[in-house]
Amino acid sequence: MAEIVSLADAIDDLLPDGATVAMEGFTHLIPFAAGHEVIRQQKKELTLARMTPDVIYDQMIGMGCARGLIFSWGGNPGVGSLHRLRDAVENGHPRPLELEEHSHAGMAARYAAGASGLPFGVLRGYAGTDLLAHTTVARISCPFTGEELAAVPALTPDVTVIHAQQADRHGNVGMWGITGVQREAVLAARSSIVTVEEIVDELTATGPNHVVLPTWTVTAVAHVPRGSHPSYSMGFTTRDNAFYTDWDTISRDRDTFSDWMREFVVGTPDHAAYLDLIASRARG
Amino acid sequence: MVETGPGQPTFTPDEMMTVTAARGLRNGQVCFVGIGLPSEAANLARLSHAPDVVLIYESGTIGTRPEILPLSIGDGELAEKAELVVSVPEIFSYWLQGGRIDVGFLSAAQIDRYGNLNSTVIGAYDNPDVRLPGAGGAPEIASSAGEVIVMLRQNPRSFVDAVDFVTSVGFGRHGEGRSGNVGAGPSLVITDLGVLRPDPVTHELTLVSVHPGVTVEQAVVATGWELSVRKPLEVGQPPSTAELATLRGLKARTSEAHARTGA
Repeated sequence: MAEIVSLADAIDDLLPDGATVAMEGFTHLIPFAAGHEVIRQQKKELTLARMTPDVIYDQMIGMGCARGLIFSWGGNPGVGSLHRLRDAVENGHPRPLELEEHSHAGMAARYAAGASGLPFGVLRGYAGTDLLAHTTVARISCPFTGEELAAVPALTPDVTVIHAQQADRHGNVGMWGITGVQREAVLAARSSIVTVEEIVDELTATGPNHVVLPTWTVTAVAHVPRGSHPSYSMGFTTRDNAFYTDWDTISRDRDTFSDWMREFVVGTPDHAAYLDLIASRARG
Repeated sequence: MVETGPGQPTFTPDEMMTVTAARGLRNGQVCFVGIGLPSEAANLARLSHAPDVVLIYESGTIGTRPEILPLSIGDGELAEKAELVVSVPEIFSYWLQGGRIDVGFLSAAQIDRYGNLNSTVIGAYDNPDVRLPGAGGAPEIASSAGEVIVMLRQNPRSFVDAVDFVTSVGFGRHGEGRSGNVGAGPSLVITDLGVLRPDPVTHELTLVSVHPGVTVEQAVVATGWELSVRKPLEVGQPPSTAELATLRGLKARTSEAHARTGA
């Protein structure tokens, strides 16, 4: 049974220094509020896993929370580079970042294997690419046809963190729209934290691709309205595209980045205060 | 702006590239679409000559008909206008690997003479000059789609003799072929200067047409290997008034919609 707790308590209890953490989301439903709380609590030595590390991982990497990154596409969607990620990889600032790099299909297979309790996933992939020489992948032969395929190790995070639209009072979680690899990432993990837009008496299916995670598959649920900003939560918020564009300028320079993080994340006590500050700056 | 004659519409090299790429997609095909240039061309095809093309994005949106171009691969617009939305493991396993994609539509930072694509690093992998975003869905799209259309601007930095990293396989480092990959590989490479196709025997990308106003010399200079040119070389059909109106309308709606939202 999932416990309904505060986000600060969930991160404090379930996400220790040194953990392998998956904060998943495929452009939609990205758990920004949880990532900010990780930064506020100054978590260290994390290995971050995610198919599409974007601005929230850029922030955590730039703040020195991470020692490693397991990923398949690291960019600012629709804008360009992640400058803090690049600074870590190209210049070792603020510290070197160990990369383990896959394709999307490979990462998806790794999570699915983790959720299935299997040691590895199988796919037709990587053949002829230089990824083969630089990541954890092995060639195997199909025992039935002899076809050569790729095996990738199961990915089993210590903790997976996601954002969803709803939970009910028992901790059952409902989400819809683009749900990426979140279900697999939760089922593959030893523990999980889900932030939600609202807590309701009964889950309602109000969009395409409705996915339910029963309460007994989730460790902690925290009520964090607009917890995906600047990403979006279909049915609740729209994507703050201008923020993603602005991030390119904020993150390009080390000092500008540090100042922004100090003011908006480290300097705010929680997500509600962060949202208030963002809104007051948008009003000018 | 390119001018082709009195009374003919003028257009930019990028518009010519997008219109030419859109024409590469046939009505009714199932197309796995990369974000950026490919997404623009695929939606132009859908809004002009190919209304029944099925567009699939790696975020799991199938049969989507966006009214504006998505800024990211996971925009709400793609989910709202989709026939169905599935998870990411499902889109790669059942739909792409399952052999349901006719055409993969990709871009990249670099391409080489055998159609191999790089979107990982410029320079050495362990000490890169530029760390690019990485593979995303491209390797398996390039591997499993029935054929691949590639779209990128042509210059000596992007059209290189050897890519710094093979993220997605064309015909292999030395044109040796596509062992371990099911699809036929790159069939068409469309740039802002012209169109290239792989030679059926050597697999080497060969210039088969130039856009109106572009010379062979321009294409040769923009290419980092000794470019083969098919004879006779064709000159591309300029965009029609209708194609340009559709493309410009789509882009104008998109800019307007992507002004500040949220917060």
